[in-house]
Amino acid sequence: MSGHDRAGEPTTLEARNLVKDFRLRSGVNVRTLHAVKDVSFTLEPGRTIALVGESGSGKSTIARMMAKLETPSSGEILLDGRQSATRGRGLARYRRDVQMVFQDPFSSLNPFHPIRHHLERPLRIHHPGLSSRQVRERADELLERVRLSPAATFADRRPHELSGGQRQRVAIARALAPGARFIIADEPVSMLDVSIRLGVLNLLADLQRQENLGVLYITHDLATARHFSDEILVMYRGEIVERGPSERVILDPQHEYTKTLLEAAADPDRLGRLRDEVRNGG
Amino acid sequence: MNPTNAVTTTEVTRRDTVMGEPVLTARDVSIEYEVDPPVKAVRGASITLHRGEILGLAGESGCGKTTLAYGLNRLLKAPALMTGGEVVFHDASGADIDVVALDGESLRRFRWDKVSMVFQGSMNSLNPVMNVRKQLADVFLTHRPKMKRAERDARCAELLTLVGVDPARLSSFPHELSGGMRQRVMIAMALALDPQVMIMDEPTTALDVVVQRGIIREIMRLRERLGFAVIFITHDLPLLIEISDRIAVMLEGEIIEQGASEQIYRNPEHPYTRRLLSSFPSLRGERGDFIRTGAAAGGAA
Repeated sequence: MSGHDRAGEPTTLEARNLVKDFRLRSGVNVRTLHAVKDVSFTLEPGRTIALVGESGSGKSTIARMMAKLETPSSGEILLDGRQSATRGRGLARYRRDVQMVFQDPFSSLNPFHPIRHHLERPLRIHHPGLSSRQVRERADELLERVRLSPAATFADRRPHELSGGQRQRVAIARALAPGARFIIADEPVSMLDVSIRLGVLNLLADLQRQENLGVLYITHDLATARHFSDEILVMYRGEIVERGPSERVILDPQHEYTKTLLEAAADPDRLGRLRDEVRNGG
Repeated sequence: MNPTNAVTTTEVTRRDTVMGEPVLTARDVSIEYEVDPPVKAVRGASITLHRGEILGLAGESGCGKTTLAYGLNRLLKAPALMTGGEVVFHDASGADIDVVALDGESLRRFRWDKVSMVFQGSMNSLNPVMNVRKQLADVFLTHRPKMKRAERDARCAELLTLVGVDPARLSSFPHELSGGMRQRVMIAMALALDPQVMIMDEPTTALDVVVQRGIIREIMRLRERLGFAVIFITHDLPLLIEISDRIAVMLEGEIIEQGASEQIYRNPEHPYTRRLLSSFPSLRGERGDFIRTGAAAGGAA
């Protein structure tokens, strides 16, 4: 059903053997940092892949390459089975299909412009045929869809008048505005207050189901990765060290690094155990 | 004072949640930000910290937990003002110190010596143009002016060893250290004068989980060894439940629930505590409240 359109063409976003090297310079010395080493995965409509790992493991570099904010050193990104463009009109088309939600909603929205502007601009850019009234209506509709209703009361406010969670909803609406089929969400809730994180994730899951979106969910939080995704890729130093269905990766980890990560995650069920461990000379 | 030898109170069920006598008592503390309109950041908060205990202070941003911590340490500056309540520090020597009444020299002597603090984002609060040795030695220069230079150097090296950093790092500058190491240096600095209470304000929030784990373990180990009490502030309730003896939950400036970690975890009473707990999906357990509606439908590709 999903994964192919009616004509049998694949409707996927595929990363094939992505590599990214950065040249680091300190004085006269130049060394190469292999940020991402040979990473491949396929995003399908309606499915979520979670990319987990520590900071510096290369997960955000992957996000930036997928959003075409960074050029891979080698490897390719295929949209619907075809090589994706890197510039010009082809790139604009790619961006209509693949959009990004950034980590920090406090810096990803322009404080100078009202919320309406953030939604109308991508609509105008990607759908130049729309009349002003249609653009306005669509912007309102997007706000309603991310449950910022009534839209009229939010549209004319500026980002500083909204809470972190509301701002991140705007960022999601903005990503959906061009009509995206794939969303790259780079730590979308890590800057938000804990009690509203699940609300935003549930919203994203709801929208995903309605729109049949493919989502790449980048996070360091294993618990939400487990519940929010179908597949988990564990990254360590630029490589994917373990991949598999999310339940399997969390409940039956194979790689040492995955085990270390799981061991380090806070678990209220282990209450008092750490204290006993250090008391007994750990 | 060894916390493990202290008396067991009746309500305590676990062998190891033994509590000593109180080391810091705060009663009805209210703190206001004198802006227009005034913000009541902390309203009538009362906490008792016992010797050698880890007290978790949980709450979301803006709930007043950092303001309360600053109040306990007399670090508030205008427009924040403590409008009421009392804070008493029960010194190991047996003397009670009225923290609110301290000023000038007596306040300077009290701070860091009795109660030290690891600040939020403190790994970025090291001075970038001073090496670690100089910054650690600073504490002794101010608080132990009679200390000999050799003694000071030895103590600095000892402190770093204590928190698991190679003493050779004394000559390093902050930018040469990783985030985790910087955080350890900050903890070493807070330990310098052998305080009886350490207030840790989100000490590990900016760090990676694996590094965070190492530091938490270090804090727990040091507490066993040195017997200081900790007020651990964070929004990460699962972490608090795992490591603290007791937990106080704050909401809008008030402490709405206080109790042993196990009780907070198994039988939370306040609806907000329950809501906060349910905000963290279980890593290994059932799916619980978090139902991802899109999963099954789009599953088969």
